[in-house]
Amino acid sequence: MKFLRFVIVLVLLLNYFSITYANKNDELTIKISKNLRCLICQGQSIYDSQSDFAISMKLLINKKIDEGLSEKEIYKILIEKYGEWIVYDTRFNKNTFILWGLPVLLFFLGGAIILKKLVFRKI
Amino acid sequence: MKNKFLIILLIFFLSFCFFVLYKSLNSSGIYVPEKKEARDLPEFVSTELFSNKKISSKEIFRGSNFYILNIWASWCAPCRAEHPQLIELSKNSSIKVIGLNYKDNPKNAKKFLNELGNPFSTTIVDTNGIISIEFGGYGIPETFLINKDKKIIKSFIGNLTRDSLKEISLIIK
Repeated sequence: MKFLRFVIVLVLLLNYFSITYANKNDELTIKISKNLRCLICQGQSIYDSQSDFAISMKLLINKKIDEGLSEKEIYKILIEKYGEWIVYDTRFNKNTFILWGLPVLLFFLGGAIILKKLVFRKI
Repeated sequence: MKNKFLIILLIFFLSFCFFVLYKSLNSSGIYVPEKKEARDLPEFVSTELFSNKKISSKEIFRGSNFYILNIWASWCAPCRAEHPQLIELSKNSSIKVIGLNYKDNPKNAKKFLNELGNPFSTTIVDTNGIISIEFGGYGIPETFLINKDKKIIKSFIGNLTRDSLKEISLIIK
């Protein structure tokens, strides 16, 4: 009887941990696939798209997570295969410096204009 | 002074908009992956179409100076169009032509090859499309040229044409 209880508790615990593990993997797959652009349905993310390419990509992401790769490593592999364009969250480099730099520049420019106006008003 | 500054700012802004719009007029708006050349060959295990036996990438890619990996399916019309080019490539002794059957029904795939001829020394099956993505493929047909150092040195998106064959023969010379 004691043995039977032990087996039941063990099975339930194993089941609990496998479900938690699967959920964590699924959540990460969803997170990564939302940040990837579908190359077939351009304008949709891999998560939203139902193209063959997107379906296979989701399977590949899941496989890579199972193999123990981190989110960053998965992005790196996919960028190597498909180029920077596949990720929505682009990295800072010589091709994207205007994209990243312009908002900062505009912020400082705007700040300078406001500051100048305030200083002139005081004088 | 203030007006002059505003006019300069406006001209600069309009020129910037004009430049961005003018540049986008000339681009198609459809992105084609900028493939990094000389990428490493992915390692994988697949099933051979005819024998149904498991086969690894190490077993497939050995014993030749150059390899052609062609992603195809029996349901893909451009694959039918490029088939004569693959038959021609298979006659070249320095190239081993490998077929990657993409998300296909094995019966239809075998029928396709029996009907049009089999240019592939090995035909492997990609039931869920993962191997194709490991190669950096994004549609079919797509063809990859691999050298003896197991590096992907060239990829052809879409069906192979006579010009693609010329390009391949120049590379493998």
